[in-house]
Amino acid sequence: MEKKNEKKGLGSEVAQIMKSNIRDYMMYIALVVIMVFFTWKTSGGFMQARNIANLINQAGYVAILAIGMTLILILVHIDLSVGYVAGFCGAVAAILITKYHINQWIAILVVLVLGLCIGLYQGTLVTRVGVPAFVTTLAGMFIFRGLLNLTLQDTGTIIIPNEGFNALSNGFIPDLPFGNGSIHILTLLIGVVAVILMIYSQLKQRNNKVKYNFAVPSMPVFITKMVFISVIIMAIIWVLASYSGLPWTAVIVGVVLMVYNYMLNKTRLGRYIYGIGGNAQAAELSGINVKKVTLFAFCSMSTLAALAGVLYTSRLQSATPTAGLGFELDAIASSYIGGVAVSGGIGRVTNTIIGTLVIMSLTNGMNLMGVDISYQYVVKGIIFIIAVAFDVRTRGKSK
Amino acid sequence: MSEYILEMKNIVKEFPGVKALNDVNFKVKKGEIHCLVGENGAGKSTLMKVLSGVHPFGTYTGDIIYNDEVQQYKTIADSEEKGIVIIYQELALIPELSLYENVYFGHEIMKGKNIDWNETIVQGSEMLKKVGLDVDPSMKVKNLGVGKQQLVEIAKALSKNVKVLILDEPTAALNEDDSQNLLNLIRELKNQGVTSIMISHKLREITAIADTITVLRDGATICSMDCHEHEVTEAEIIKHMVGREMDNIYPKREKKEYGDIALELKDWTVEDPAKGREILHHVNINVRKGEIVGLQGLMGAGRTELALSVFGNPSGYKLTGGDVYVDGKQCHFKNPKAAIKEGVAYVTEDRKGNGLILIQDIRYNTTIANLESLTEGLAINQNEEIKVANEYKDAINIKAPSIEQKLSNLSGGNQQKVQLAKWMFVKPKVLILDEPTRGIDVGAKFEIYTLMNKLVEQGMSIIMISSELPEVLGMSDRLYVMSEGRITGEFTAEEATEQKVMAMAVKS
Repeated sequence: MEKKNEKKGLGSEVAQIMKSNIRDYMMYIALVVIMVFFTWKTSGGFMQARNIANLINQAGYVAILAIGMTLILILVHIDLSVGYVAGFCGAVAAILITKYHINQWIAILVVLVLGLCIGLYQGTLVTRVGVPAFVTTLAGMFIFRGLLNLTLQDTGTIIIPNEGFNALSNGFIPDLPFGNGSIHILTLLIGVVAVILMIYSQLKQRNNKVKYNFAVPSMPVFITKMVFISVIIMAIIWVLASYSGLPWTAVIVGVVLMVYNYMLNKTRLGRYIYGIGGNAQAAELSGINVKKVTLFAFCSMSTLAALAGVLYTSRLQSATPTAGLGFELDAIASSYIGGVAVSGGIGRVTNTIIGTLVIMSLTNGMNLMGVDISYQYVVKGIIFIIAVAFDVRTRGKSK
Repeated sequence: MSEYILEMKNIVKEFPGVKALNDVNFKVKKGEIHCLVGENGAGKSTLMKVLSGVHPFGTYTGDIIYNDEVQQYKTIADSEEKGIVIIYQELALIPELSLYENVYFGHEIMKGKNIDWNETIVQGSEMLKKVGLDVDPSMKVKNLGVGKQQLVEIAKALSKNVKVLILDEPTAALNEDDSQNLLNLIRELKNQGVTSIMISHKLREITAIADTITVLRDGATICSMDCHEHEVTEAEIIKHMVGREMDNIYPKREKKEYGDIALELKDWTVEDPAKGREILHHVNINVRKGEIVGLQGLMGAGRTELALSVFGNPSGYKLTGGDVYVDGKQCHFKNPKAAIKEGVAYVTEDRKGNGLILIQDIRYNTTIANLESLTEGLAINQNEEIKVANEYKDAINIKAPSIEQKLSNLSGGNQQKVQLAKWMFVKPKVLILDEPTRGIDVGAKFEIYTLMNKLVEQGMSIIMISSELPEVLGMSDRLYVMSEGRITGEFTAEEATEQKVMAMAVKS
């Protein structure tokens, strides 16, 4: 922990911050390195507006899964079933829309409730019956893979001819009526508002800390950080705005992210999740209902898996029997790369999103380069292991 | 060759902040049964760990002389090779393996590169016979009772060709018959030339079996008594165990006014399903408003189990009988949350294990048990939270740069203060403190005692569980003594003396 900023050199302060937060900064450095590498290898193709929009749509379902997985991993559990729960729920949505001609929004709602029920089932097994999460969800992996195949047994892959549904992961938000067509005004506006809100909240937080005499980074460091983040956000927004605007997927992920970030940081439930992950026995003796909170996390996970299934199905505009394969690895890797501690109790959903970007940039970049899928698995596996090994080592030292 | 098989000379062992052993001298004659006694924390276990190599050579100063040679054990394996075998209170058997597999676990009989199972079974059966275990050697350890498991441990020690057998409270978990069996076996081994060192709290057993008794107190050797020169009485041992001066380290309380009974247990009886036996037998205790009640007893007497079973029973014991009353109202706490709601708080003895969340900061830990009072709508009022945490930090003098300090960076005393802050913020009626001053320095102890006095003056009731006799005597208005799950005595502060209390605590 840095001392309150007395008169010491800016250089040494930056070095100090780098040193004590190396874990967090590594993640950003990795992301930048990956992006620069692929931009170079694809002669700029990676950073083109169309590909950025594509990347966001591709990353959407993984981001949703990873947010839910972050809670599960903070609690020192695991959920291996998310991939096929997503696949199964997507297939159910497809059947409801194509075979029973149910309105797509109602179909989505039904599927989310289905996800909640799956979460209740798995969470109850873990908390009340006492089956370890690893076993429960490994069994879930089999069960929902089977159910996915059964659902699509008669029809095979279902093509969904529903524009509203497909827009979720392919469409863009509409522009304001007075837009001029060459640039997407609403997207720009959202970007500007987001940056202002971020700076405002960071400033408020900083002032609050100053008020209570807590350690804060010095003003130049703070401003540099703000400028850096603002520039990145605005650059992405600008690229998107000059293309078709903000994808709906980004909006959905943004909303889920804000809800979960608020929940983890501001509410009692969030505190309890960190507490149980940090020391479950101490949490129990502090009057926290450990089983209830854990059950909630599993319900939230499976509901988000259902949402991810909807996004994935919408992205492909069809439901296929192979949907869900390997999603859990992407979600778990995102969380760990994003800094969730392997020993539990530590993690932030905002960082998890960065982890998702790392993993999905790898996928997207390697696809652009035409790398064989088999090699992709190997590369992703290696990156995942390096991230976790790095995490374990750096945390071990800081103790 | 000298008459001593083992001599430990001028042993000093320091842990960060504590001198656990201060110039201890310990001599064991060949072929005798040597009993080592002392209060909890006197240094008995540490001394044995130094002897067996758990605390390796180099981490202590002083000499271990065994068979006239200076020894330098780096690991347990080194000392076992020389025939020094230690059996811990928590048995180290593998429940799912058979008896003979357990006997040779870790030093298997080999034929070339493979385990020689035939030889293992033959020799294993022989070892088991030697300790008087007449059972099928291929049965699993988990199917044996604790008493017989203890015998398997000794068989295991015999298979290592033991010369000096160290037993750490071997009879603590055993009933009367099993204890007698075990003691007879130790006598039998003595006839075969095995030297035994036994740590025990049960003075009756000690006076019955010991050839020599060494008393440790506060990390130093107090005396070594030869039981053949004169008959050593229990009273004599107790006198040596507790005979320290009472310093003026307990702050006096200005006013003592007791109100109504705040918490009462009637006929409280509890069974531990894991052990399959009753661990608390018809306990009747009460505490009044404005009163500090001490609950004294040695380790394993059932004090923590009593507190936990009342505090919402998180360990899942079977409450077989009895009632709890808070302010005269009968209560059934189905979890700690319910107990907290009715105003009962429990400060655990194991602050790292189940008390605090060490990876979080002071603020987090101060408010975690009472976030309800800080919640507005959905969100926690974090400004208010910071204010509260700062108030408590100042009020009870938690030494840290800010409330954002992670607990893993605080000293034991300051961690303990955070625990107290957390439970004070709950504003309970009854505060159960389990070993509130364990492992913290004298200065912090005084601060915690002062704080306890302040809390009861404000009308709170405190039950203080402690195995430190002077502390219980110095702080309590009234005290109960526990032994083996029973209340064996009740004293007012005026009546209680160390001798009386210790006599009750070792009663079985």
